[in-house]
Amino acid sequence: MEILVLSNSLHTYLVIGALLFGIGFYGLVQRPTFIGMLISAELILSGASLNFMAFNRFLAPDPTVGQVFTLFIMAIAAAECAIALSIIIAVYRNYKSIDTEDVVDLKG
Amino acid sequence: MVSLFTMEGLSGLLFFGFIGLTLAGAVIATSARSLIRSVAGLALCFLGVAGLYYYLNSPFVALMQILIYVGAVCVTIIFAVMLAGSSELKQLTRRNGLVGPLSILASGILVFALAGLAVKTEWLASPCLVNRGTVENLGQSLLTTYSMSFELISVVLLVAVVGSLVLARHGRDK
Repeated sequence: MEILVLSNSLHTYLVIGALLFGIGFYGLVQRPTFIGMLISAELILSGASLNFMAFNRFLAPDPTVGQVFTLFIMAIAAAECAIALSIIIAVYRNYKSIDTEDVVDLKG
Repeated sequence: MVSLFTMEGLSGLLFFGFIGLTLAGAVIATSARSLIRSVAGLALCFLGVAGLYYYLNSPFVALMQILIYVGAVCVTIIFAVMLAGSSELKQLTRRNGLVGPLSILASGILVFALAGLAVKTEWLASPCLVNRGTVENLGQSLLTTYSMSFELISVVLLVAVVGSLVLARHGRDK
């Protein structure tokens, strides 16, 4: 049962990180609202931090570096989420919509 | 050779559970029609990622993942959906029909390239470790080596909180 020790190999985590990135990219292209795009951006960020944690566990000489980096990514993601949501609420107050195709005032 | 009914076998099985949780949550988050459901899928995905962090020898980061992402980020997004939410059903007719298949194709190529690169590369493990990466080591390096970034991130968070309050408050008096 070699498949049961999959949690001890670097490749597993890298492939999961790539899958999270790809799913997040798909959502970022395909979602028609700002909040949906924000959710997909969060998926991309968590794929990136999963990669950091995997390299930290298997390759790094100092196993605290990746953990510190992931904690910083979490703080930045929380700040980004707060700012983006208040921008979305301001856009909703002006346009009565959170649809990306309605906010086209600067389109030529 | 690991049998299913030993400690390693059961933990391997649980690991598959976490992988499934992560990927299913991510798929729900990107493809659900209503925004509330996709936020719930995002929370599922974050719980799965926290489980994967636990397998990567960092229980502290796993707890922080649950606390910050599931506890704060998802709740904030739900709050914004309640304030400004709409269904995504009406605008689907306006879109070009090629967007869905082309975005699936593009992200599939990205995943294939990234995963192929990750599997094919010969990763070199480091010959020795300077510490074990416990919570104690993490706190020490956070307050010695990375203390400047630690202070800067608190300034960034303060500015973000004040900025989001100003942005959301603007125009409310009218």
